[in-house]
Amino acid sequence: MRREGSPFQGVGTVMVKELADNLSSARMLVLELLIVLTALAALYGAIDNLKQTTAEDPFLLLRLFTVERAPLPSFVAILGFLIPLMAIGLGFDAVNGEHNRRTLSRILAQPIYRDALLMGKFLAGLATLAINLAALWLLVIGLGLIFLGVPPGTEEIARSLAFLVIAIFYAGVWLALAMLLSIVFRSPATAALVALGIWLLLTILWPMLAPAIAQAIAPPDPRYLLLGLDSPDTAIWTQTLSRLSPNHLFGEAMLAVLSPSTRSLGPVFIDQLRGALMGAPLPLSQSLLICWPQTVSLIAGTIVLFVAGYIVFQRQEVRA
Amino acid sequence: MSDPDSKAAPPATGSVIEARALTKTYGDVNVVDAINFDIFRGEVFGLLGPNGAGKTTTILMMLGLTEISSGTVSVLGFNPARQPLQVKRRVGYLPDSVGFYDHLTATENLAYTAKLMGLRPAERASRIKAALARVRLLEVADKRVGTFSRGMRQRLGLAEIIVKQAEVAILDEPTSGLDPQATLEFLGLIEELKKEGVTVLLSSHALDQVQRICDRVALFQSGHIVLMGPVTDLARQVLGAGFVVEVEADGAGLARRLSTIPGVTNVETLAADRFRMTADRDVRPDAAYAVVGANGSLRKLSVDEPSLEAIYSRYFQNQTDNGGKRDAA
Repeated sequence: MRREGSPFQGVGTVMVKELADNLSSARMLVLELLIVLTALAALYGAIDNLKQTTAEDPFLLLRLFTVERAPLPSFVAILGFLIPLMAIGLGFDAVNGEHNRRTLSRILAQPIYRDALLMGKFLAGLATLAINLAALWLLVIGLGLIFLGVPPGTEEIARSLAFLVIAIFYAGVWLALAMLLSIVFRSPATAALVALGIWLLLTILWPMLAPAIAQAIAPPDPRYLLLGLDSPDTAIWTQTLSRLSPNHLFGEAMLAVLSPSTRSLGPVFIDQLRGALMGAPLPLSQSLLICWPQTVSLIAGTIVLFVAGYIVFQRQEVRA
Repeated sequence: MSDPDSKAAPPATGSVIEARALTKTYGDVNVVDAINFDIFRGEVFGLLGPNGAGKTTTILMMLGLTEISSGTVSVLGFNPARQPLQVKRRVGYLPDSVGFYDHLTATENLAYTAKLMGLRPAERASRIKAALARVRLLEVADKRVGTFSRGMRQRLGLAEIIVKQAEVAILDEPTSGLDPQATLEFLGLIEELKKEGVTVLLSSHALDQVQRICDRVALFQSGHIVLMGPVTDLARQVLGAGFVVEVEADGAGLARRLSTIPGVTNVETLAADRFRMTADRDVRPDAAYAVVGANGSLRKLSVDEPSLEAIYSRYFQNQTDNGGKRDAA
């Protein structure tokens, strides 16, 4: 026998309420300030750099996202680092917070399914992140117009929109992870600590660990070492392991979208590049094709983590 | 709102909740073990028992908030496991130590749940205002719930049930942690609900309160309903008789006269002029008549209604006695 009624009844109500809570919370304000300030610093560096080379570059706007000036990383690298923090900040107490406030059983006694509560909360979190990222995106374009004085072309806008969409899905992965942890752990502090631990592991430690593990699995071939080249096996293992981190996937996708001359995201053989015009930009569709697997992986990661949280939540006892 | 299942309306019979062999198992333990009960329209039904006896689990199964292991329960003719939305649309639930969103006002909290109930904006506002007025929270309607006392939160929870215009109100430990004043006020509100024809199901271990407002009670013990019925019936069943009448009077052969009154099962002589009678009904008029008949002067005539507390403690005492005997054998 199936249960009756729509699982989506009440999703909109939950979403609107959670969105209002998110946007007005002090926590969100702090995270926004953190991101805007670091992003502004990165942009300032980039603009300073670009002013010297304005005339030489066909994709000036995109450079704003990717150019870095020591000691600050580029705008995109900062986002890759801080978006997870924002998503974790939104999601780590989504469900256990309701438990601890003892509002969960009261809300679930209304004519809605649990699905609606979880879905509404997730969509509200994602919408909050999307609003913030869109604001940041507009900020970049606005600053670019003011300080560089060069209007962006259609392709640049399209590519930066692709950046926006991929960044939202990247945020979705972390939001779904944070919500999963908020369902699994009854204490918000534990959920937050575990989420931050995973964040540090994947964004800081994993880029160092992945090559080390790859070398253990496939030791470098001395013949390649003699020639000063990477062993293909080791390189492939390094890449495969690195791609387990959403941070790496986001970085790769950004590289393909924001640097039009990117032709490949992995090691290639010389003969695969025969006939290629090195340094010439690819058309947008080709760049999107290159970053498509990364984008799909981010979407899939979001869905898998959300479904895991959904299953755990459905089986959980409501009573405190 | 469209209501495709309204044709599956409750049967015309008096019972709104029927449980048959309802069971909930966690691991190997039957937290609720094959219980049967019927709750009739318009009555106040009390679930009593020590903590962990299965009261809250039973309530959650009725609302479809926890899986039923075996057996069936029907609420207003709906199966809560398969038609939870139908059940939850008609049943109001006030959980044990209810929580609200502290950063929202009383009105905003109710507006959120009213939206989840699917009420239209105009209706929402008027119903919320009326409900807050009824639970006497109208003057703090726009204050944040974070500043509310426990009693105010409980009343706000009741306001939510009133907004819902629920046919059945399920209250889990509604008066635990309230001061006597707030408790009295809350019990008054429950009685008002009853007058409107709302069926009230409440769980509690505050026995005197339950006794005051419940038409019938069910006594839970480790997942079983061990006693069920009106308090006076239970008293007869457990204590042997329902009423204890104390008489202070003099007169010749009064003890003998009193013991001949129909319905009196025992007369104890406490002092030369004081007697305690146990009876299955209120025998005060007959006792007064007897005293007058014996030419005595009546100084005091009092009745102890059967107290649920006495029933409760006597029952569990009997249980342990029996258990002890069984162990010995």
